[in-house]
Amino acid sequence: MSFDHLRATYFEESAELLESAYAQLSALAEDRADGDTMHALFRAIHSIKGGGGAFGFTRLVGLAHVMETLLDHLRDGSLASTPDRMALLLKATDALADLLGAEQRDEAMPEGFEKGLIAALAAVVESPGRAMKTGLPATALTPAATDGAGWRIIFRPHAALFRHANEPLLLIRALRALGPVSVSVDLGRLPGLEVLEPEDACLAWTLDLAAPVPRAEVEEIFEFVVDECDLTIEPLGRTVTEAVDAPSDAPPMAAAPTAVPRTEQAAAVQSVRVDVAKVDRLVNLVGELVINQAMLVQIGNAVPPEACPGLVAGLETLSQHLRELQEGVMAIRTQPVKSVFSRMPRLVRELSAQLGKDVRLVVTGEATEIDKTVVEQLADPLTHLLRNALDHGVETPEVREAAGKPRQGTVHLSAEQRGGRILIELSDDGRGIDRARVLARAKERGIVAPDAVLTDNEVDELIFMPGFSTAAVVSAVSGRGVGMDVVRRNIQSLGGRIAVESRFGQGSRFVLSLPLTLAVLDGLVVSVGREAYILPIASIVESLRPRPQDIHDVVGRGQVLSIRGAYIPLLALHRAFGVADAVLDPSRGIVVIAETDHAGRVGLLVDDLVGQHQVVVKSMEGNYGRIPGIGGATILGNGRVALILDVAGLAETTDRGAATRHAPPAAAVLH
Amino acid sequence: MQISVQPRMAGIDAQARGLAMAAGAGAGGMVAQYVTCTLGDAEYGIDILSVREIKGWSETTALPHAPAWVRGVINLRGTIVPILDLRSRFGLGQTAVTAMHVVVIIQTATRMAGLLVDSVSDIITVGAEEVRPVPEVGMSVPERLLSGLIPREGAMVSLVSLDNLLNLPDADLAPGMPATLS
Repeated sequence: MSFDHLRATYFEESAELLESAYAQLSALAEDRADGDTMHALFRAIHSIKGGGGAFGFTRLVGLAHVMETLLDHLRDGSLASTPDRMALLLKATDALADLLGAEQRDEAMPEGFEKGLIAALAAVVESPGRAMKTGLPATALTPAATDGAGWRIIFRPHAALFRHANEPLLLIRALRALGPVSVSVDLGRLPGLEVLEPEDACLAWTLDLAAPVPRAEVEEIFEFVVDECDLTIEPLGRTVTEAVDAPSDAPPMAAAPTAVPRTEQAAAVQSVRVDVAKVDRLVNLVGELVINQAMLVQIGNAVPPEACPGLVAGLETLSQHLRELQEGVMAIRTQPVKSVFSRMPRLVRELSAQLGKDVRLVVTGEATEIDKTVVEQLADPLTHLLRNALDHGVETPEVREAAGKPRQGTVHLSAEQRGGRILIELSDDGRGIDRARVLARAKERGIVAPDAVLTDNEVDELIFMPGFSTAAVVSAVSGRGVGMDVVRRNIQSLGGRIAVESRFGQGSRFVLSLPLTLAVLDGLVVSVGREAYILPIASIVESLRPRPQDIHDVVGRGQVLSIRGAYIPLLALHRAFGVADAVLDPSRGIVVIAETDHAGRVGLLVDDLVGQHQVVVKSMEGNYGRIPGIGGATILGNGRVALILDVAGLAETTDRGAATRHAPPAAAVLH
Repeated sequence: MQISVQPRMAGIDAQARGLAMAAGAGAGGMVAQYVTCTLGDAEYGIDILSVREIKGWSETTALPHAPAWVRGVINLRGTIVPILDLRSRFGLGQTAVTAMHVVVIIQTATRMAGLLVDSVSDIITVGAEEVRPVPEVGMSVPERLLSGLIPREGAMVSLVSLDNLLNLPDADLAPGMPATLS
């Protein structure tokens, strides 16, 4: 592994550790903390520091070190965790993230960037509050913290300790660095040679450290193995005196292991780091298998059952296993939305400070899982929505008070799975969309006609139009007018939809509906001439065979279909794609009505509906290029390629085609 | 080092590539091998290092808004591969395909594609000094699609410039426009 690789891995891991640190911090802030929370936080900062030291990131290490010192005092109870201290830690974690980011980009944060924080942290550690601790009666954790002759450490590693490449010898050596150590080994559990499992942990050590060091220093040595061993640390003197004073007590050696056994396995690493490319290869292969299986089923159906008994049942089992395999492999690609949600609290903190607002962010459903690609591409749109909510939505405390609302605004970010989709909701209790202003602005900018009458929903939709921005004063936070249309486009490129609901004076709610995965899609196979196309089921509203009297010609717009009193544009696929031998008369074919975000409903004229399939989406762009109106391709059960329609793109291209000259495709000319 | 490579209809793979490299190295690195294929009476050479496999013609799925020389796409063990009609690409009219027609699957640094030809005939080993430049005038084929000419036993083999050939239309190009004229 090259140095660059190691560096990359360090940053990747640090990002995860930071995420964990933020999670623990918010748990502490919301009183959800348990005994391990502070330990986990300490471990995260400690690991970032350790790795950073190896790469020579001295400023980062300096900051992490004081954080660690404070955390150490917080977790052993010598300092109380007050909201102030939590806020300071949160700030320090933000700064740590900034320093990490700078190192990753090979930049340097401004000189003295972290100085103030380090001083503040150090001041807390040295504060008089800490001095009080010495006056406290000795607790179970800190019996005579530094006095006595030293410590007796009984250390019994589990097999897991060795499996995670830890080495007792190194720990003992580290202990020896603190002072003279007498080591005795307990061979009691060592079985005979003939039954010895070489990978078992059979040895235990009793280590007497004859040096009056603080208990924390001893604990620090075992910090990373504490979950993988039975560890007892007790003052050297006490065991001796107890043994003398109370001879009736069980001998300390026997009692010791049950005294403070740390055997929780929850903290053990339960995940494997796998290159996404490898997972994608698996996903692809499973996709191939599914196609292959579909072919086999087709062939199997052609074989008379008596000629090959068992074939049908065998194929049936194969299908079931394949479905499970596919679900399993897809699940590898999914990731909790937490990884993007966890970036949001910081954003809210910083923005509300910048904007002089008091905002509380409530996050729910962070454990909801969604395709990794989707998660990654969600960060930008969500950031933007959140910025908007804080900048335009939530009012300043004074305005809120005047409006009879609590001074603190609330922004709620949630995720949940519903059916085959993930719904992400961002709502605020701010001022909501001012429809009169939106409409006035849209008319002013020529986005809608001056005399247009729009429904409330249509007005709300205007905020997604390119070049629309209502903030009277364009602020640094948002309001450059390149926002919501980009958000919508990003969401659409993920196969998702975005909708807004708003009540003036009470707040807005943005709902993002996203597919679970981008790799498979439920599709309706339609035929046009000799070609078959896939229509994403998600976009289909209904399908029907229109009556001739429902089809009307509109000058310059082609045909429209009248359905229940509404006119929707009719789009003949054979004409759009230049397919020969197709059904030309709409009343003899089938019209599939599909919903698009931009162009509303569109009726697609096809010859026939063939069936519904789950298809594996393949990109056309790698070997060919993007085709307007085509979202990708897939392989049907018969091994042939079928194109997946992009209804929105299709409606757009034909719109453009109708507006300008209509050039027939060259292929059609040369036929 | 003398190595003769028998023409094969399929499976010109890593082994053949290895041989080609070895042959090249043996003659001081100035020797290249080409798979030759025919369009009518004319012979064309394709750099063997770009040839991934050779297969029979199979039905394609047509692509909308594609130039006439793009015959559509096929499924090559899970990869979507566009098939280009070499005859049509050279402006010699569309190939009337039969089961006897052959598709040469080529792989360049960025793309994979299939070239529809009448047949594959041979593998030739050619020294760099044998390759003649393409004359500027007097040819019916857009010369930038060829990278050189090789005189061969009274006949001539035209070397196909795959990079220019695979310069496929993109979304921004008007339908039917040849994409190479940049």
